[in-house]
Amino acid sequence: MLTARVKNKISETMVLTRRSMRHSLNIDTLLTAIATPIMMMLMFVYVFGGAMDTGAIDHINYMVPGILLMGIVSGAIYTSVRVNNDMTSGIIDRFHSMPIARSSILTGHVMTSVVFNAFSTLLVLLVALFMGFRTDASITAWLLVIGILLLFTLAMTWVSAFFGLLANSVEGASAFSYPVIFLLFISSAFVPTDTMPGVVRAFAEFQPMTPLIETVRSLLMTESAGDSVLITILWWFGILIAFSIAAIQVYKRKT
Amino acid sequence: MIQTNTAIAVKGLKKSYKNLNVLKDIDFTVQKGSIFALLGSNGAGKTTTVKILTTLLLPDKGSPEICGFDVIRQPDQVREKISLTGQSTAVDPVLTGRENLRMIGKLRHLPDANRQADELLEQVQLLDAADQKVATYSGGMQRRLDLAMGLIGGPSVIFLDEPTTGLDPQSRKALWQIIKDLADSGITVFLTTQYLEEADQLADHIAILNDGEIIAEGTAAELKKLLPHGHIELKFSDEKELQLARNLLIQYNISLSKENPTMTITTDGSIQQMTAILSQLDHADITVTEFSQKKPTLEDVFLAMIDENHGEENALC
Ligand SMILES: Nc1ncnc2c1ncn2[C@@H]1O[C@H](COP(=O)(O)OP(=O)(O)O)[C@@H](O)[C@H]1O
Ligand SMILES: [Mg+2]
Repeated sequence: MLTARVKNKISETMVLTRRSMRHSLNIDTLLTAIATPIMMMLMFVYVFGGAMDTGAIDHINYMVPGILLMGIVSGAIYTSVRVNNDMTSGIIDRFHSMPIARSSILTGHVMTSVVFNAFSTLLVLLVALFMGFRTDASITAWLLVIGILLLFTLAMTWVSAFFGLLANSVEGASAFSYPVIFLLFISSAFVPTDTMPGVVRAFAEFQPMTPLIETVRSLLMTESAGDSVLITILWWFGILIAFSIAAIQVYKRKT
Repeated sequence: MIQTNTAIAVKGLKKSYKNLNVLKDIDFTVQKGSIFALLGSNGAGKTTTVKILTTLLLPDKGSPEICGFDVIRQPDQVREKISLTGQSTAVDPVLTGRENLRMIGKLRHLPDANRQADELLEQVQLLDAADQKVATYSGGMQRRLDLAMGLIGGPSVIFLDEPTTGLDPQSRKALWQIIKDLADSGITVFLTTQYLEEADQLADHIAILNDGEIIAEGTAAELKKLLPHGHIELKFSDEKELQLARNLLIQYNISLSKENPTMTITTDGSIQQMTAILSQLDHADITVTEFSQKKPTLEDVFLAMIDENHGEENALC
């Protein structure tokens, strides 16, 4: 049996998640998080497709993991905007002067990001299938991919929440997205790292986006991801823990 | 001991931010069912006081009690009793007015959140706009919704931090009426304001906060007796008339401005004295071409109180 306190906490979190969801359903967010990855996919495949040499796998199959991550990053960024809006308006004081669990406010925003990204990722994947993306991945491989994408979504959401809490304005809050997107481009997401010049290549092969991309790609295409699964999980679990702790510390300090 | 008719008891409250001493040593009590106004200019420490009382900020010293609960040691019980409508409007612009109210009702676990939301929409005259996005509301409408969100769930004590700052006179009057009705229904209202008139209109009890200290406290009538004398300004057709008037009103404290030609008379602020002066001039056939009365401002009150404080300090030396 759940205690009354836990029940209340769950219902408060649900109410605040619904509220945060409403904030996520606006044109700006939908365009950035769903339309942009789809446009990118169209562009990479039909415009630059011929110019890029991505080895044996079909061009679209090579692109899809990177596009999915791109979509997740774009979707998760909005957590910083929503968190920052709350922190810089009077509403946070209203919530905190009410007898509700304080954790329900951040939890609501995190849940929203996860649900939103699950839907947008699915949508992008459907478009990819429509454009010719094919995979023979087994159920186990799919489950692993879903788990890893979920871990990445949670980690990016907490990174985003951290910057949203830290910044004094919405512009400042979402500025962190540029280095993150930069990391995605300097990885094997869209071009193989062995085509890059020395220093860039060394960086690309070391940073956390590359094992993530490689893992998702191998799971979907060759089924044998090997060590990279473990490396990916270590990287992103570490990022998740570090940024969620940091975010909660900033939250406590600011309220 | 806290008496049962006390809603808020504050004793020896102190708070400083780093080396800025914001609240120096504050004492006051608020009776249940009354309207209490904390009057002070920008930076006086009003919001700091409200934040401490609504469990948002810990004081350095003093533990205020609300409905008998200690704000520091029993914040959850205090939060059950109070609501805050803060200085910056705390409405959700993406939701409609009705959805905002229902959200707060559900967060308070009210079984009849929807019904209460509808009742409050009527009470603050927002039924017509209930299903529009709050982003489309005017400032006055947002402030009324903000107030209604503080009323859902029937709190015993409500805190309103500068509820009418930035509103046009009409919206301000509408909000005043709602606040008066609230106190009539038995809710205790703690409000802060920068306007003497607002405190005068609404509050049963007023405390003037200046630079972190309460420098005067009492009913509006009691405070008015502390106000400096009022001034009236009279303008005459020429300097000769001005001189005649000067000689006639010799018993008053007068300052002259010959070029204009006008005189400023210090009065006790009463209408009787004002009319006496005007009829005296009228009987002597001296024509007043312009007349104006200068009401004492909040600043005058402050200045008078601060002067008084300094006077006491000097007396000790
Ligand atoms: N978080 C803070 N850190 C430092 N100083 C603050 C902080 N909050 C308020 N102050 C200062 O404390 C003083 C009182 O502020 P406040 O209580 O907001 O006044 P009021 O509400 O009467 O305008 C002001 O000088 C303000 O600048
Ligand atoms: Mg203030």
